[in-house]
Amino acid sequence: MTEAPLLSVRNLRVVYPGDDGDFRAVRNVTFNLGRERLGIVGESGSGKSTTGRAIMGLIAKPGRVEADQLRLGDTDLMKLDEKGFRKLRGKRIAMVLQDPKFSLDPVMSVGKQIAETHRQHFGSDAKTARKAALEMLESVHIRDPERVYNQYPHQVSGGMGQRIMIAMMLIAGPDVLIADEPTSALDVSVQSQVLAIMDEMVRSRGMGLILISHNLHLVSTFCDRILVMYAGQIVEICDAGKLNEAQHPYTKGLLAALPELGHRRNELPQLQRDPTWLVDLPAAVGADT
Amino acid sequence: MSGSPLRTGAPSGWRFWLLDPAPASRGQARLGRWYRAWLAFRRNGLAMTGLIIVAALVLAAIFAPILADHELAFHQVLEERLQDLSWLHPFGTDELGRDIYARVIFGSRVTLTIVGLVSIIVVPVGLAIGLPSGYFGGWIDAVLMRITDIFLAFPRLVLALAFAASLGPGIENAVIAISLTAWPPYARLARAETITRRNAEFIEAAQLQGASSLRILFTQIVPLCLPSVIIRLTLDMSGIILTAAGLGFLGLGAQPPMPEWGAMVSTGRQFLIDQWWVATIPGTAIFIVSLGFNLLGDGLRDVADSRSA
Amino acid sequence: MIRVENVSVTYGHGASLVRAARNVSLHIPEGDALGLVGESGSGKSTVMRAVAGLIPHAEGRIFINGQEMPNKRPRETRKIAQMVFQDPYGSLHPNQTVDQTLAAPIAIHGLGNAEQRIITGLTEVGLGREHRFRYPHQLSGGQRQRVAIARALILEPKVLLLDEPTSALDVSVQAEILNLLTRLRRERGLTMLMVSHDLAVIAHICDRIGVMSRGELLEMTTATAMADGAVTHPYSQQLLRANRGFDPSSIDIDA
Repeated sequence: MTEAPLLSVRNLRVVYPGDDGDFRAVRNVTFNLGRERLGIVGESGSGKSTTGRAIMGLIAKPGRVEADQLRLGDTDLMKLDEKGFRKLRGKRIAMVLQDPKFSLDPVMSVGKQIAETHRQHFGSDAKTARKAALEMLESVHIRDPERVYNQYPHQVSGGMGQRIMIAMMLIAGPDVLIADEPTSALDVSVQSQVLAIMDEMVRSRGMGLILISHNLHLVSTFCDRILVMYAGQIVEICDAGKLNEAQHPYTKGLLAALPELGHRRNELPQLQRDPTWLVDLPAAVGADT
Repeated sequence: MSGSPLRTGAPSGWRFWLLDPAPASRGQARLGRWYRAWLAFRRNGLAMTGLIIVAALVLAAIFAPILADHELAFHQVLEERLQDLSWLHPFGTDELGRDIYARVIFGSRVTLTIVGLVSIIVVPVGLAIGLPSGYFGGWIDAVLMRITDIFLAFPRLVLALAFAASLGPGIENAVIAISLTAWPPYARLARAETITRRNAEFIEAAQLQGASSLRILFTQIVPLCLPSVIIRLTLDMSGIILTAAGLGFLGLGAQPPMPEWGAMVSTGRQFLIDQWWVATIPGTAIFIVSLGFNLLGDGLRDVADSRSA
Repeated sequence: MIRVENVSVTYGHGASLVRAARNVSLHIPEGDALGLVGESGSGKSTVMRAVAGLIPHAEGRIFINGQEMPNKRPRETRKIAQMVFQDPYGSLHPNQTVDQTLAAPIAIHGLGNAEQRIITGLTEVGLGREHRFRYPHQLSGGQRQRVAIARALILEPKVLLLDEPTSALDVSVQAEILNLLTRLRRERGLTMLMVSHDLAVIAHICDRIGVMSRGELLEMTTATAMADGAVTHPYSQQLLRANRGFDPSSIDIDA
């Protein structure tokens, strides 16, 4: 990689203290993000969402985030407090979540919310903000931006809501977008549309995208590179097209366990979990990638 | 027990038995659940304060004869009336020479009785009206809720006053009067919870198995409503205590010589300037106990919220 | 075993009228597995729930095992068809242990011998004694779904209705549950009606597949035909394409 990475993560760890002892949700996570689409795949409890939230500074107490290095461009994220993160979110790094209804204010029109985001980051006046919001709505391929501007969150469909979220999150021009299961709640045909929009936005703005998902098939067809997480660690890093050459038995087991249209097997090979996979990996997999 | 690489610092001994992720009996499972809730509750300092206050109230009521002299609380010694705080009388004496400390201690029994009786009336009545209302809807809901509305329309103290006045003075009538005015919010709460839950998939599963509505209401919905009803009750306790005190203040609740705190505040009014302790001490007791119940209720709600979150 | 004749389900009235299912007819011979596939709002779940007897105001006729099912089902008829719901987190009562959840249907129908039935039921779905007294929040998603399956089977139904049984589960767990369902179907000769939005999952379990959209049954085809792409209705083609993954060239991006 000749260019400096947009996001640099070294040995990220997230720990939650609890009644039964400390729980290490994320450990030894190391990777770099360039101007690319990086997918983080894992099952529930793998730590993929926690990783995304740790980068955004969204891990609530008593959870602790530790890392040898966590940099966004020149900014050291480990040194930021909540105030610092708030300045960063939206402007340099943004996050799109699964259900837009949880992220949108139900009593304000969606257009106004997008405009508010603009004003918050640029201190613009109402007219400029509205114009910027309408432009964003157009850029996410909404045919009638004026009409949608005035709609309320409960009036828009799932796919439309996600377009609106993307518009809202990207209006301040961040370098990195983290999308946590952005399409899991959507129908398959709408999924493709939303992904296509994210793809276009990310490419045209030279951004880096982290797509967090449990859907291996989706990630392999959409992303450039894939990180596979298991029990809080990265167990595999590979190019999306080269998934069939995966090394780690977990990845191979996962691929084999997927039912395939046209290839019916009487019994799907069940993933045999090997306890050795839980052991801390000695050298961080994927260092310097 | 060996830890996995994901967990460090696990417990041992009887705590381990309670926190066992694979309980071997229904009893162990239930106890384990209570224990975890207790651990969560214990972390909250204010909630623990509330618990201690309420526990102190209960203990004072149970051990009243040991903690204070019954004689001093009830026997009038007119030569010693309106005495200031002293070693002999830590809270002074009232206008009939009775030791205020002893009366406050024995008064805890009265307070606890009123609060206890109101609770065991109000919760079942509220559930009995709110649950069918929420579950069946339709005209049942309309009728039951209109009845509830009628009771809600009156300010609680005024209605309690009216009932107490018509039923006559006395502690039992005070309890009935307070209960009659306190149940509507619980019916509403039970109804709201039921409406939220009645379309849950586990309810549908029960219907699919052929469970009768009664069975579903009792075994499935009541356990879900109970936490919020109980929390509401603890938060309401202070209101109940104050209503009882209000009735006592107006002479409609516990009758003399019963050491009911509200009545004590009432009679102490006339001495407020020079012998402040006669009214202020029982008033402080009311305040502390109300606060205690409030803090306890808040703590319980935090635990319940964190578990459902 | 299952015959659905002209079933329609409407919700609301006037301006807010929604036709969740329109004149759907299908039949499933004994021992067969039929899958209904479609996107949200297609009516596939509605049809299944009508078969389950969870929609009292459904129109049309439903026959299970030759017997016509009235809209208000008497308790006896409940034993013949049971359902596994989609959300393993929502289909078990949060305050009841696995033991209580399984004991409830036994008590409702007065079957007796509860202890033995519960233990057998658990073993059959691959759970053990250590799971018996746990609460749902102490179980993983896959374990909860196993409990849901055990609960459905404890009344020994002839028909098993499956509402997106693996949608909320991880891939590795999905494989286990699908294998479990295949085995149970074989061992008990169950007739299955399954609903899913995932074509691969449906094709794995079911021989025949019905494609639904907006309440209508558009096409009835087979798993092999789907795999070969030999489907006639354009909507079926669309579903097949979307199932293949992200392909920027085939997307109409505007909304």
